[in-house]
Amino acid sequence: MRRALGLFAFLGFTLFLLGAVMSLRPFGEPIHAEMDHYFISHAQAEASANNVVTSVVFDYRGFDTLGEATVLFTAVAGVLMALRRKEVKG
Amino acid sequence: MTTTIIKTTTRILAPLILVFGAYIILHGHLTPGGGFQGGAVFASGLALLIVACEDRVVKRRFEKVPLSPLESIGALGFLGMALLGLMGYTFFKNVIANSGFIFGGRTPIGINPGFLNTGGTLAYMNIFVGMKVLAGLTSIVLIFFLLLGGKKDEW
Repeated sequence: MRRALGLFAFLGFTLFLLGAVMSLRPFGEPIHAEMDHYFISHAQAEASANNVVTSVVFDYRGFDTLGEATVLFTAVAGVLMALRRKEVKG
Repeated sequence: MTTTIIKTTTRILAPLILVFGAYIILHGHLTPGGGFQGGAVFASGLALLIVACEDRVVKRRFEKVPLSPLESIGALGFLGMALLGLMGYTFFKNVIANSGFIFGGRTPIGINPGFLNTGGTLAYMNIFVGMKVLAGLTSIVLIFFLLLGGKKDEW
């Protein structure tokens, strides 16, 4: 019974994923491209950087990077706190 | 794990890796990469320096390196750079761009080879985030090495 259920779930999930892959859009043709065009044409004037990715990461979506930095800080603090001994200076 | 081959290779490769990481961090607003990526490359160079040496050499070498202050300075500097935008504008506003300060040169519009003295707060944020990432990853590798590796025969 459990094996049959597992096989059924496996086949169903596989068919679902295959269907999802079939319905993917071709590479480089997103549905909404207005933001991309805006970033590419305005990044140099507004964010003062040639690298559009950096201007998105640090200027347009700076809050996201702030959260990312906080996640890294928390991860490092957690690892150091869990593993620190008295004689080792991290 | 420390043979002569590994030590010699490290002696040749580590400076190149460190310089490449610093280049990626400093040119984050011009070329692919940025603070996170450059910091990871720099930390991998330091990890090579850590794992290629004996326990006491690593301890002596990294005793004076202020990794925790570097991490804190990186986080606070990033936040401070974001707070600079509150001088009349909004949070994360690029106030240094085109202002004539360091990294505040005029950005040419259109296709250009890229000039290091542009970018405004982006360049500073890249440096701070790179500092933070390299300190964090290096301290994790260091504490793993000092606590879990190289001391198996003592336990």
